[in-house]
Amino acid sequence: MSNEEKRTLTFEILRYNPQIKGDTPKMKKYEVVEAPGMTVFIVLNEIREEHDPSLQFDFVCRAGICGSCGMIINGEPKLACRTLTDTYPKGIITLLPLPVFELIGDLSVNTGKVMRQMSERVESWIHDKDAENVDLTRIEERMEPEVAEEIYELERCVECGLCLAACATKRMRDDFLGAVGFMRLARYAIDPRDKRSGKEFYDIIGDDDGVFGCMTLLGCEDYCPKDLPHQTQIAYLRRKMALGK
Amino acid sequence: MKVIYTDSLVIGGGLAGLRVAIAAKQRGHDTIVLSLIPAKRSHSAAAQGGMQASLGASIKGVGDDEDVHFGDTVRGSDWGCDQDVARAFVNTAPKAIRQLTAWGVPWSRVQRGDRQVVINGKKVTITESDDAHGLINSRDFGGTKKWRTCYTSDGTGHTMLYAMDNKAIELNIPVHERKEAVALIHEEGVCKGAIVRDLITGKLTAYVAKATTIATGGYGRIYAISTNSVISEGIGTAIAMETGLAPLGNMEAVQFHPTAIVPVGILTTEGCRGDGGLLLDKDGYRFMPDYEPEKKELASRDVVSRRMIEHMRKGKGVPSRYGDHLWLDITLLDEKHIRKNLREVDEICHYFLGIDPVKDYIPVRPTQHYSMGGIKTNYKGESIGLKGLFSAGESACWDLHGFNRLGGNSVAETVVAGMLVGEYVADYCETTELKINTKTVEFFLEQERVKISDLLNRETGENPFKLKKEMQQIMMDKVGIFRNHDDLSKAVEELKVLNQKAKNIALRNRISSSNPELVEAIRVPKMIKLAQCVAYGALLRTESRGGHAREDFPQRDDKNWLKRTLAYWKDDNADIPEIDYEPLDIMKMELPPASRGYGDDKTTPHPDTEKREKEIEKLLKDHPGIDRIQTSELLNPVEVPERYQGKNERVGRGFK
Repeated sequence: MSNEEKRTLTFEILRYNPQIKGDTPKMKKYEVVEAPGMTVFIVLNEIREEHDPSLQFDFVCRAGICGSCGMIINGEPKLACRTLTDTYPKGIITLLPLPVFELIGDLSVNTGKVMRQMSERVESWIHDKDAENVDLTRIEERMEPEVAEEIYELERCVECGLCLAACATKRMRDDFLGAVGFMRLARYAIDPRDKRSGKEFYDIIGDDDGVFGCMTLLGCEDYCPKDLPHQTQIAYLRRKMALGK
Repeated sequence: MKVIYTDSLVIGGGLAGLRVAIAAKQRGHDTIVLSLIPAKRSHSAAAQGGMQASLGASIKGVGDDEDVHFGDTVRGSDWGCDQDVARAFVNTAPKAIRQLTAWGVPWSRVQRGDRQVVINGKKVTITESDDAHGLINSRDFGGTKKWRTCYTSDGTGHTMLYAMDNKAIELNIPVHERKEAVALIHEEGVCKGAIVRDLITGKLTAYVAKATTIATGGYGRIYAISTNSVISEGIGTAIAMETGLAPLGNMEAVQFHPTAIVPVGILTTEGCRGDGGLLLDKDGYRFMPDYEPEKKELASRDVVSRRMIEHMRKGKGVPSRYGDHLWLDITLLDEKHIRKNLREVDEICHYFLGIDPVKDYIPVRPTQHYSMGGIKTNYKGESIGLKGLFSAGESACWDLHGFNRLGGNSVAETVVAGMLVGEYVADYCETTELKINTKTVEFFLEQERVKISDLLNRETGENPFKLKKEMQQIMMDKVGIFRNHDDLSKAVEELKVLNQKAKNIALRNRISSSNPELVEAIRVPKMIKLAQCVAYGALLRTESRGGHAREDFPQRDDKNWLKRTLAYWKDDNADIPEIDYEPLDIMKMELPPASRGYGDDKTTPHPDTEKREKEIEKLLKDHPGIDRIQTSELLNPVEVPERYQGKNERVGRGFK
């Protein structure tokens, strides 16, 4: 690297602040000198600190764990914190906010509101009347190790919203639950601690806004940063719903 | 004037804050949680390795109990912790984890029969019993006598936070997102809520409450490189400090984690070493056994971090364009184990380093990780200076960790403190009437409004981003792992200058709504004050204890320093805090000070230590035949809310 010429990267970023009356969306260009191991997280902070302190974006963990920093990077929904600039040989990188979500400003969108609504809609918690009466001094309920592992596999979702941004059905129909909701439901459906019946699950997702509305384009599967098995789960839920089990 | 009333206001939506909110709500109190971000994105989610609770189900955890956990925690703290708090904590941790189990955390479970593990660099077969099959598993962590750290692969914090937030959603607890508490409202020494800025509209609202709980996490971001999330800036801690009434405890006690990746400082879990990973130098040589023959890579975090720096100072570091580092080697673990049980680590290596930890060594260096210091509270989680203000989790100095926290005790603290403090918050709401003069609310609202309009109107002045960088560099260079008088004095002087400059911040982007530069301008002056509390406290503490290591005073000095630092910021015009000390009473300790068991013990003992040892000996003689639980009740009686009392059951052992 030392004897190589350092690249100058061109970032084209959508700028729009709905809080300012009369502001209109526009693309703005920024140039940044590339550094080794540089991520979009590093670049955006550099732009904010050095060039334009008004630039809005969201990061929390900057380690691919919290799901805050989804954005459209050169046409694809990705987590910005773990996208390395050297992924792009031409050195031109376009950044747009995630579609589907309410825009807060520039690259910042309100994922929290949508995810809370999703959790309320699928009732994303253990349904067990006795859960509050568990005697906490006693040994916990046993669980087969592989069942715990299966639940964890489906619980690795970080609610980043990339699956919704990549979903054609969601783009057309705002009420479509989307992969994040299906995955959450599937996670509870396989959890023996959740006492909901098949019918109760069906009532949540057994319609066109639910699992039967999916067009199976599987953008969710392609762009999930946690490689969750969306395709398998959607198929599983459909079959389960159709069989009424 | 916009005012929102509630019973229990919780600032911070991570594990501790949510757990406090749940407790108050379950007791019938109106509760609102404020969060900078969606609650599930809180830094609690980043805890990978696990939660300590002495369940003792796995074969390597057999024999574990509250007492062993207590001893490890106290030793780990270098006798700096509050032993009443530690005792209540270890007794409640098994209940907390069992409650989380009922709430949905998919803890990794024990599989009966043989399994291969790596211990001390060698593959060993251990055999799990039939009895333990399906119970919560545990792994090895640093500074613990037993395998006590319960886990969900290496996504423990994530699964705990999701279960907790989902519980809060089930209980219909509102989380007001993208809100920042910028000041506390208080009247006659009682906290009455907070002034809160909406990060989207910029509007200020007064949240008036009977009880206010700060659970905003640590202040790691006062350092240039930290494993902490970028929002771990200590603002909740700072607004408590800015009341002038609530002292901060042991701010100089800062933990450096041995294995963050170079250069970006993202954490790789202690579980890597717990599961058998080794630390290697530039020659591929395993150096830790030379320094710590007994615990090796699994000595307490502060010890391992110091040994790594020592070894690099001998020229054994691996040179890189980002400075020297060492290697974390997990290649001796099974591929399947890494891809499954260390999956986050695998992902981080892949995305941020472009390496495969199954084949490649991971470049690591000790990095700021945890803030033991924070809002000093009593065992109920209530500030010792400001009534009605509570704190739980990393933002608090409850004082479970003293001068060094054990791995796995942080998420454990968040949920246990959340349970216990939450009950006391509910008690407080039950017995307190909300009375406040609206003039008081107006006064605090107006004060913040003026501060912000000054920032927006000032034509020229300091750049808040630059001030922050300067502060972070001072902390890195002069208030790091090893400290000394000269560097610390310089740091204190330089921070004084920054504190003055911070009064003259001017913005380039002068709008009051959603504005990252304004957010920075509000936070940076607060962060500089916190940094000064750390630096000044470290300068005055002329001994070494836990994470506070003075090169010029390398020994622990119980005679003069078995006391907690209390930092008050009473005068808004001051550049340094007022420092007071709170002695730790050895005569009440269940475990009087002794050697931690690392290197040669050169501690200067306190005269009370011998006295207390003799007293304990006599007490035990006078009560022959008492069991271990009666013993701890005799030596260290602690108060725990009624619903969380009771002995804990363990497999093969019952309630003994």
